[in-house]
Amino acid sequence: MGRLVAILGQRLVQAVTVAFVVSLLCFALAQLLPGDQALQIAQRRYGDDRVTTAAAEAVRAELGLERPLALQLIDWMGRTVSGDLGRSLVSGAPVWEEIRDQLGATLALAGAALGLALLLGPVFGALAGLRPGGLADRAGMAAAAAFRAVPNFVVGLLLMVGCTVLFGWLPVGDSRGWLSLLLPALTLGLGLAATSARIARDGVVAALRSPFFAFARMKGLSRAEAILRHVPRNAAVPLIAYLAVSFAFLIEGVVVVEEIFAWPGIGHALTHAIEGRDVPMIQGTALMLSLLLVLLNALTDLALLLVDPRRRA
Amino acid sequence: MKFWYHLCMAAMLLGASPALAQSPLRIVTPFEIASLEPSRSGFVFTRMEVTETLVGADDEGRPVPGLSTAWTLSDDRLTWRFTLRAGAKFHDDTPVTAEIVSQCLQRARTKPGPLAEVPLTEIRAVAPDVVEIRTATPFIALPAFLAEASTQILAPSSYDETGAVRRIIGSGPYRITSLEPPLRFEVERFDGWTGGPKPAIKRAIYQAVGRKETRALMAESGQADLAFALDPAGTDRLRRAPNVAVTTKSIPRVITLKLNAHLPAFADVRVRRALSLAIDREGIAKAILRSPAAAATQFFPPTMGGWHVSTLAPLRHDVAEARRLLAEAGWVPDAQGRLMKDGKPLHATLRSYAVRPELPVVAAAIQASARDIGIDLDIAMMNSSDIPAGHRDGTLDMGLIARNFSLVPDPIGTLLADFGPNGGDWGAMGWSSSQLTEALQALQQTDVPETRAALRRRVLEILQTELPVIPVAWYDLRVAAAKRLGGVSVDPYELSYRISRMRWAD
Repeated sequence: MGRLVAILGQRLVQAVTVAFVVSLLCFALAQLLPGDQALQIAQRRYGDDRVTTAAAEAVRAELGLERPLALQLIDWMGRTVSGDLGRSLVSGAPVWEEIRDQLGATLALAGAALGLALLLGPVFGALAGLRPGGLADRAGMAAAAAFRAVPNFVVGLLLMVGCTVLFGWLPVGDSRGWLSLLLPALTLGLGLAATSARIARDGVVAALRSPFFAFARMKGLSRAEAILRHVPRNAAVPLIAYLAVSFAFLIEGVVVVEEIFAWPGIGHALTHAIEGRDVPMIQGTALMLSLLLVLLNALTDLALLLVDPRRRA
Repeated sequence: MKFWYHLCMAAMLLGASPALAQSPLRIVTPFEIASLEPSRSGFVFTRMEVTETLVGADDEGRPVPGLSTAWTLSDDRLTWRFTLRAGAKFHDDTPVTAEIVSQCLQRARTKPGPLAEVPLTEIRAVAPDVVEIRTATPFIALPAFLAEASTQILAPSSYDETGAVRRIIGSGPYRITSLEPPLRFEVERFDGWTGGPKPAIKRAIYQAVGRKETRALMAESGQADLAFALDPAGTDRLRRAPNVAVTTKSIPRVITLKLNAHLPAFADVRVRRALSLAIDREGIAKAILRSPAAAATQFFPPTMGGWHVSTLAPLRHDVAEARRLLAEAGWVPDAQGRLMKDGKPLHATLRSYAVRPELPVVAAAIQASARDIGIDLDIAMMNSSDIPAGHRDGTLDMGLIARNFSLVPDPIGTLLADFGPNGGDWGAMGWSSSQLTEALQALQQTDVPETRAALRRRVLEILQTELPVIPVAWYDLRVAAAKRLGGVSVDPYELSYRISRMRWAD
């Protein structure tokens, strides 16, 4: 119990620190972007064809962009502490209102991708690890290397051509219904599955070669019994630790995948916010993503605590 | 609500598939719904025929009835009267009145948009179905300005108490049934529409899809019935698809080279002409844009009716003549072939942007052409807003842009903004012509067809001779339509997707 409280306390402190640092960084980086912020906001608002210096001046006056930067930052931080993320400079809507729906879409996508990765990766990895050097091992690891190496946008387009154009199995460019979720989730999940397969495979091999596995066999357990009793839990530890790292990959991946599949998530919103120098939206989306990362890391710690009794000591 | 809907979707992987309902028309475009404000993303709703403007435009850019069925101009050419369509009503079943229309137009005036450029003095309702608009000086192109999307007419129930648009309640043949900005909304036929025959298409879905590859694949797989703004490479593949028909239409968007004539080199018309002569437009049109007819021989394409003068001497590719003009202007090649004058090289930075994927490639082709005649160009790919920013602070040497001359269906609207006495953010820089200004102003004041034709020719002659901005290529709008869809036509002015004219072929 004491360990649990310590972990949660540690993550809470981390969340506050991350929120503060991310806000500062986003604000500073957005200011460092080249070009005139008012013009870029006007361009996102009115489109390439309508953006003029007159429109930019109107934007500048409306949004008070001439105010000192420190004042703008203090304003934002004061609002954020009171739970107000401000309004999008482009759409004028409250940032939280925009992020709320998009966050749900991203969580659905990331959750489905993670689910698929966990369904595919550990299973194939474990099968490969049971016969190291065998055909399944070599073929599986080659496939894993390929899926990990190919960028998400290529995987996405290939899946679209295969599953949508050639066979017409799955829809694209829609965000409604679970069928629409499959292709983007697969695109995102295959890379994760590939790495988790390698880790599961190595974990299984390590467990099979461990003294405790040999001892279990010596006690008279059959190979199948020894595997079922000792391998999954031991192989799961590095896998769960990897998943903590993979969340960052997941969050980076949603930015690309959401753009390819027109998925209305937070990654898509972040890309457009950066293009339009929409500082409150950049800060809001980055803040949400970083807090999500902290939350997922906390959940990973808890999962590790659950499966590995050594950590409870 | 949507948050929980999306959150639960992952858990629904084992759930039942959604029931297939009657197939709606599915339209994919790159344009997101950034806001409900008419001056921002309003064009999305006019194109989907949810909202209407007072006036529309035919394929030649001539004004045609919209929410207003007729209009008159007073003898002094200062007062316009627009009569509203009888029985017109909004999607909330309230009537469209002149009072509401005048309030919408007054609101549009205060927002960035073409209407702000019109010398309006008064907009008012003079009868329940008549709106009167007065201008300070004659402004013959006013109906064209009233076809622009920011002047769309919304019902009072569209606004909240602060005057911000919260819902889109229009008067068009389709009404919104679900709205999920920034990517999607659905519409259904509005049976209370009185503007024409009842549309055959009952339901339609608008979906913004940013990636052109995704749009092309959606069209090819039959998941989009209409896909707009496809790239040349994507359409090559689509042409081979058995279920898709690809339409390519020349639109009033022109790839142009904006030059800073404040720079000594570009202040000399001979250098501007030399640069124009060096550009291999046919090569660019054929190899990059995959549309040989897109090579610009003058400012506007032949599809623009009165704004294309077939007798005008065409812009051509002639490297020898380019070299001769440069020599005449005092530019002499050094040992490496770079042009020098007074010990300084002819060097410039060409800014462009990658939102339109063909622009970086065209920029590279222009760089190579310029090198052929000894002009040293650097390319800087930036945000599109860096073009007007560079215009304003004087740091822009050259900009390669895709300029839309149909912000209002009459290009005069854009020409006035681009080639006024002080130039324009997207147009002339450091160059002006009193003759051009006079011709453009005269065009505003006469409605005599012959006089207008002569003035348009004068405008085009000046631009062709002086080349403050060099036309490179005309733009093609590429649209993929499912073959099962009949009555498809592409609006070159991009005012409407013309859903109400379409029907399912089977």
